[in-house]
Amino acid sequence: MNMPPRKLLQIEKLVLHFKTSHGVVQAVDSVNFELDTNRAVVILGESGCGKSSLAKAMLRLLPRNVDKYGGSVYLNGEDVMMYDEDEFRRNVRWVGMSLVPQAAMNSLNPVIRVGDQVAEPAMVHLGIRKTEAMTLVRRMFQHVGVPEDFISRYPFELSGGMRQRVALAMALVTSPSLILLDEPTSALDLLTQANIMNVLKRIKHELGTSFILITHDIATSSELADEVAVMYAGQIVEVGHAKDFFPAPLHPYAQMLMASVPRLRSESDPMFITGQPPSLIDLPEGCRFAARCPFRFEKCNEEPPMLGKNGRKVKCWLYE
Amino acid sequence: MITETREAFMDQVKVNEPEALLTIQGLHVWYELRRFGFGHAGYVKAVDGVSFELAEGETVAVVGESGCGKSSLMKTILGLNIPTSGDVLFDGDSLSGLKGDGLRNYRFKIGYVQQDPYGALPPFMTVQKILEEPLIISGVKDKEQRMARIHKVMGEVKMHPAEDFLPKFPHMLSGGQQQRVVIARAMLREPKLIVADEPVSMLDASVRVEILKLMRALQEAHGLSVIYITHDLSTVKYFSRRIFVMYAGTLIEKAETRRVLENPLHPYTTALLAATSDPDARNADTFKEVPPGEPPSLVNPPKGCRFHPRCAKAIAGLCDEKEPVEFEPESDHFVACWLYRS
Repeated sequence: MNMPPRKLLQIEKLVLHFKTSHGVVQAVDSVNFELDTNRAVVILGESGCGKSSLAKAMLRLLPRNVDKYGGSVYLNGEDVMMYDEDEFRRNVRWVGMSLVPQAAMNSLNPVIRVGDQVAEPAMVHLGIRKTEAMTLVRRMFQHVGVPEDFISRYPFELSGGMRQRVALAMALVTSPSLILLDEPTSALDLLTQANIMNVLKRIKHELGTSFILITHDIATSSELADEVAVMYAGQIVEVGHAKDFFPAPLHPYAQMLMASVPRLRSESDPMFITGQPPSLIDLPEGCRFAARCPFRFEKCNEEPPMLGKNGRKVKCWLYE
Repeated sequence: MITETREAFMDQVKVNEPEALLTIQGLHVWYELRRFGFGHAGYVKAVDGVSFELAEGETVAVVGESGCGKSSLMKTILGLNIPTSGDVLFDGDSLSGLKGDGLRNYRFKIGYVQQDPYGALPPFMTVQKILEEPLIISGVKDKEQRMARIHKVMGEVKMHPAEDFLPKFPHMLSGGQQQRVVIARAMLREPKLIVADEPVSMLDASVRVEILKLMRALQEAHGLSVIYITHDLSTVKYFSRRIFVMYAGTLIEKAETRRVLENPLHPYTTALLAATSDPDARNADTFKEVPPGEPPSLVNPPKGCRFHPRCAKAIAGLCDEKEPVEFEPESDHFVACWLYRS
């Protein structure tokens, strides 16, 4: 049905629903987007909008209470959703795309030296020896800016920023073409955040890696973004190039979210969005943002399609 | 006769000077490190010589990175830490002289807004219990009086009708509502001073501004003094009249917010401002300038200026030798940096 896509990554109708005692949580609901080589897409959204679930769905890191999981994820033209568990582990995780999980700096094993921890995925997934892996680790440490002698240290001997870099080195060591970063800077200090964003930019230039950056921090996300996808209540509501999106978002939610960011270099008075996002268990008919939207009209009772406008896409009836 | 005139004179002086609600004088908060549970192994100098005054109704932001001592400073002001030396004078009381009931009464006069609202609210208590308990402890015996006060603060934090929220447990509330309950709890005892420790950093972007505006409205309505502790410079100007920048246990720059944002003097403040992004697609094309290294250990801070190992403008032989004193290059703009020696 589809021509083999030329893109690095193409996601079509990705769905991930969870079963809970209160009902079905529609965390990821028919998400589509694509990404070229050496590009970075930012998935922007507030807590509970399903952005972390999207990362889990892409890497098939599923909890036990999955209700529905489907759609297509094309990585280098191959639908990896068709792979069985074993193929997926060997060909996709780490080698195809790797994940830097939320609070990665606290997910390091406290009793293993950081060099050994970073070497492990390389030994397992690339099938190389320890000595070769350590050479690779040293090279990765250079890329992410960790001093080489830290290789034999334990995580507790490193600062938060350094541990975050180590987690990044671990994701890089198998040289995947795509790295998913889930809130990579949210627990870090201002200067450390700026440092990590610099490291990510450098890696993108030097290694040609693509990134999917999942975050709620709009200001920091603009440091890396080539493209932006805004997520609301399990759906992507707007996709566009960063250069178009940041000056003038299209979707009312994106506009209001942008207006809520306090800015250092402008006198604008930040606004806030009244109300709360809908529960993912009990979603409204039609547009999911309608209840909070100042521009709603009769048509919003029907679910809007993804509408194209000058190379941008927006899920809102206003742009019909 | 002489004493009388002198007293009259002193009264005069008091009238002319703006009343300081909170005065911090040469405050040091050191934590002792012990080796094997006994035996002295040095001190963590979390707050090392901090002085400032806060007038009634004034808002100030303390800006610094984690580990710079801002939480220790805050806890000392709240009466939870004992100063190693120096003193905190609040509303006529000296913290060092207080014990028992006196210390308890001191704590009642200061409201505390915690960083993580979910962690700050006991999960097994309803909102009503959470708000009632401080009143019971502070001796409001009459239930009706307590409920009246609770309804009043719930209205002030815009959680109405209060009846809808009072029987709820914290996990049933959204992050923004939880933070409102925390603010309501801080307001219960009609404090003169509120200490807010990163009150919005755990909240979503769309709610952040709402909470900041709420706190601002409360501050204006009650003439509260507020100490706003944060690392996010972009929110400061909406909230605070003055900024204190803290680095490694000391305040390195003190001035009005606008002055600091427009004309930062200390190299560390400049670096903080440069590292703060606004949402702008052009950010992706450039690298940020970040000073190398990391904040120093507070056990053994560098000799001289504590920022000198990371500072591009450090003067050899001076910055690495002598601790900088406070200069005032423009009026009411204080900076502890040798670059401004005259």
